[in-house]
Amino acid sequence: MAVPSTAIQPRPSMFSRLLSRWSESRNALGFGFMLPAAALLLVFLTYPLGLGVWLGFTDARIGRPGIFIGIENYEYLWSDAVFWLSVFNTLLYTISASILKFALGLWLALILNQNLPFKSFFRAIVLLPWVVPTVLSAIAFWWIYDSQFSILSWALMEMGLIDHRINFLGDPENARASVIAANVWRGIPFVAITLLAGLQTIPQSLYEAATLDGASRWQLFRYVTLPLLTPIIAITMTFSVLFTFTDFQLIYVLTRGGPVNATHLMATLSFQRGISGGQLGEGAAIAVAMIPFLLAAILFSYFGLQRRKWQQGGGD
Amino acid sequence: MASVAIGEVYKSFGAVEILHGVSVNIEDGEFVTLVGPSGCGKSTLLRMIAGLEKISRGQIAIGERVVNNVAPKERDVAMVFQNYALYPHMTVAENMAFSLMLKGVSKPESDAGVRRAAEILGLVPLLARYPRQLSGGQRQRVAMGRAIVRDPAVFLFDEPLSNLDAKLRVQMRAEIKELHQRLKTTTVYVTHDQIEAMTMADKIVVMHDGIVEQIGPPLELYDRPNNLFVASFIGSPAMNLLRGEIATDGSPSFRGAGGISVPLASALSIPNGEPVVLGIRPEHLRLSDDQGIPVIVAVVEPTGSEVQLIGRTAGGEEIVANFRERHSFTPGETIRLTAEPSLIHLFHGETGQRFQTRTDR
Repeated sequence: MAVPSTAIQPRPSMFSRLLSRWSESRNALGFGFMLPAAALLLVFLTYPLGLGVWLGFTDARIGRPGIFIGIENYEYLWSDAVFWLSVFNTLLYTISASILKFALGLWLALILNQNLPFKSFFRAIVLLPWVVPTVLSAIAFWWIYDSQFSILSWALMEMGLIDHRINFLGDPENARASVIAANVWRGIPFVAITLLAGLQTIPQSLYEAATLDGASRWQLFRYVTLPLLTPIIAITMTFSVLFTFTDFQLIYVLTRGGPVNATHLMATLSFQRGISGGQLGEGAAIAVAMIPFLLAAILFSYFGLQRRKWQQGGGD
Repeated sequence: MASVAIGEVYKSFGAVEILHGVSVNIEDGEFVTLVGPSGCGKSTLLRMIAGLEKISRGQIAIGERVVNNVAPKERDVAMVFQNYALYPHMTVAENMAFSLMLKGVSKPESDAGVRRAAEILGLVPLLARYPRQLSGGQRQRVAMGRAIVRDPAVFLFDEPLSNLDAKLRVQMRAEIKELHQRLKTTTVYVTHDQIEAMTMADKIVVMHDGIVEQIGPPLELYDRPNNLFVASFIGSPAMNLLRGEIATDGSPSFRGAGGISVPLASALSIPNGEPVVLGIRPEHLRLSDDQGIPVIVAVVEPTGSEVQLIGRTAGGEEIVANFRERHSFTPGETIRLTAEPSLIHLFHGETGQRFQTRTDR
């Protein structure tokens, strides 16, 4: 009879036994492989977010850790007219810029989806505003909107359409329209290129079938393009809304929130109060106040637009 | 319902000419298949009938009306696409009702139309489903339903069965043929599968490299192919083709590579020494004891209903023979094969055109 092989092997150490048990367990191994990614997320996403939420409940200032004060920051903001103005500004900015970006981006995508000469050249050109660093394009817009040297004012005056320079960034209404226009210019490429990618997934034969079925150009768009593009539109516009809602750079370079807070967004106000003003707790509270809006946008897009019955296969 | 007249039609994409003057007349109520290898221009021709491609030269008429400049939706044609082209966001019923809705047909009337087409095709239990929830054969049927609902003058089919598995293909083939017999709508059917063309069509148009090689009923194409292309394209397994020349010293015969000699029908008007290609269908070859073409057996494939033999002549040319009888062969052995002179086809050695034989007239 053979001697059991374990008898002649040296007893393995605790560590190596644990290791071999681990490497044979599916769950433990999977967990092990996920650790690095989880650690990254924890350090760079969860911790800052958690810290932000925590700071919102403290009276921390720069250079002073601060103590827990409950919802005092939020109570203060509730009665702060500037905060509510920034909420209004952010909503106005997000909604009008997103609608414009969607309409113009879709239009541009439809044009680019046709067989134009130099198609790829135009597609590359369209991406430029998106590729240029925001601060750079913001500085360019700063010049375009300059009260003295604005090329827009100059051109309109030369054409005889206006008789004095437009005060782009000095007047509250003009300033709001100006920053929205700059944001739209910057955001269109993202919408246009993503929607273009979506358009190209729609099979040509569907258009041919619909043409034979008697659809006009508008009906092709209404009954084929639009419904098939809806899932992509939902994703694109969710991202676009999130980017716009949290926009900071454009405003910070162009107006810093002025004139008289007319263009202050929640993000710029949070920075102004938290970093420039040193009230870390209050700044954090403003930032945290953005979360419900963002969540609402995501949930709306997820439940309202992205999930379509016809996309789910199988079953009855 | 309508006839379709295609007159001297040319099509170019840029500098490349795809169709070089194609003329086909399709009678009212006829089932015509356009068949040919990939790239022969058959799908392009179909799309030109539908109005999805412009006609470069020549004209197409549907019924009495020349449709060269008529928009696709005004042509009163319905097309079934290879990939079905069902609208994925619409249910089966909505897919079928779409054209009626665009036409402004009232809801009850359109529902009735959809119902009628669904009953013909057995789609009633599927009306509420989305295309994604259907199998390939069901999608195919919905695509046909969408065409039927419109009650068009002409049905166009663009390789509708190529995405189905072999068994389903045979089944749908019969269904489409039955549907045509029932509705009697003029049908143009594009396929690269000659069996499909043979089994379904009233008339086959064989196309090759942008020209029409031959037009005719399936059996005429099979029995009297106009040229070598049609001879080798129609029929499976393909016709055996042997190169050689005519010998009229003594009784007329064919002399091929490796000393093959095949006796021909006596009344032959081909001069001595003329280079020809001799064609014999595999099922027309018979075993013989002492005469005929000596063939070395290479592969024997019994299928149950018949025995297929692949062999080589002394000249190295491949020969396929089909036997209804269950002969047994051993690879390597030499057998002799003959054929009735009246079943032998002769083609010109250079032009590939058929020599008229007595039975042709």
